[in-house]
Amino acid sequence: MAETFDRVKKIVIDRLDVEEDKVTKEASFKDDLEADSLDVVELVMELEDEFDMEIADEEAEKIQTVGDAVDYINSQA
Amino acid sequence: MSTKVALVTGASRGIGAAIAIDLAKKGYDVAVNYAGNKERAEAVVKEIEAIGQEAIAIGANVSDESAVGDMVKQVVKTFGSLDCLVNNAGITRDNLMMRMKTEEFDEVIDTNLKGVFVCMKAVTRQMMKQRSGKIINMSSVVGLGGNPGQINYVASKSGVIGMTKTAAKELAPRNINVNAVAPGFIVTDMTDALDEKLKSSLLESIPLNRLGSAEDVAKTVSFLASDDANYLTGQVIQVDGGMVM
Repeated sequence: MAETFDRVKKIVIDRLDVEEDKVTKEASFKDDLEADSLDVVELVMELEDEFDMEIADEEAEKIQTVGDAVDYINSQA
Repeated sequence: MSTKVALVTGASRGIGAAIAIDLAKKGYDVAVNYAGNKERAEAVVKEIEAIGQEAIAIGANVSDESAVGDMVKQVVKTFGSLDCLVNNAGITRDNLMMRMKTEEFDEVIDTNLKGVFVCMKAVTRQMMKQRSGKIINMSSVVGLGGNPGQINYVASKSGVIGMTKTAAKELAPRNINVNAVAPGFIVTDMTDALDEKLKSSLLESIPLNRLGSAEDVAKTVSFLASDDANYLTGQVIQVDGGMVM
């Protein structure tokens, strides 16, 4: 579902202030996008708002890459 | 500029009520949290409305995560933001250590320590989004100096100081200030319950030679909530007439 990826990508670019071409599905928030742990928490909060869902803490901890976030969101749709 | 919004826990009486009222005087709309005394909370709401600010009373046990979550949602829904949290709710179950039941210990830790954690956690999301916020936790000078007969209360109030410093460090990057206020001997229902002998010996230990008032504490809280305290975080401000130095 390309649409989910685009929406996630937009939030990531906006929140982490990174170049668009760096935001690939494989990109790790912490290693590639230079997010700290608070950034990741905040990102998850924004994804919850954008997709109108609640992501449990245990699930949120598993989200390491942009692709993980997209896959999780799609799995809940 | 829109009106700032404060949530004060345990605000139906004593120091909490004084804080809620002083914040209203400083222009805040206030959510008045209470655990059991709805009537007195409503009276505080009326007093705030008479000042010209908006207020609502919300019942919630601060150590109940889901009740606190609902409370925070209600505050944001009603007022549109949440700029200041004052963790004031607290109880005592005094007893000498040798006589204290573990239930008495747990009850105090639950409300005074876990309650502060639960409430801080619950408001963080909103404050992070706003990129601003002030959290003020009520500690006590006994949390610094210890006090016989209050090992549970002292543990909770020392713990609040550690949590304050940790939360201050975690939330500083999001422009959220977290400070603690440590009142000394303040005239409230809680201190009225203290033994007379203890009271007079305490008075001797206060350099300013008087008991504090709830307003003394409230004014310090209002300062910490204000923009005048924007560069102040992770601190413990004692309002104790010089009792502990």
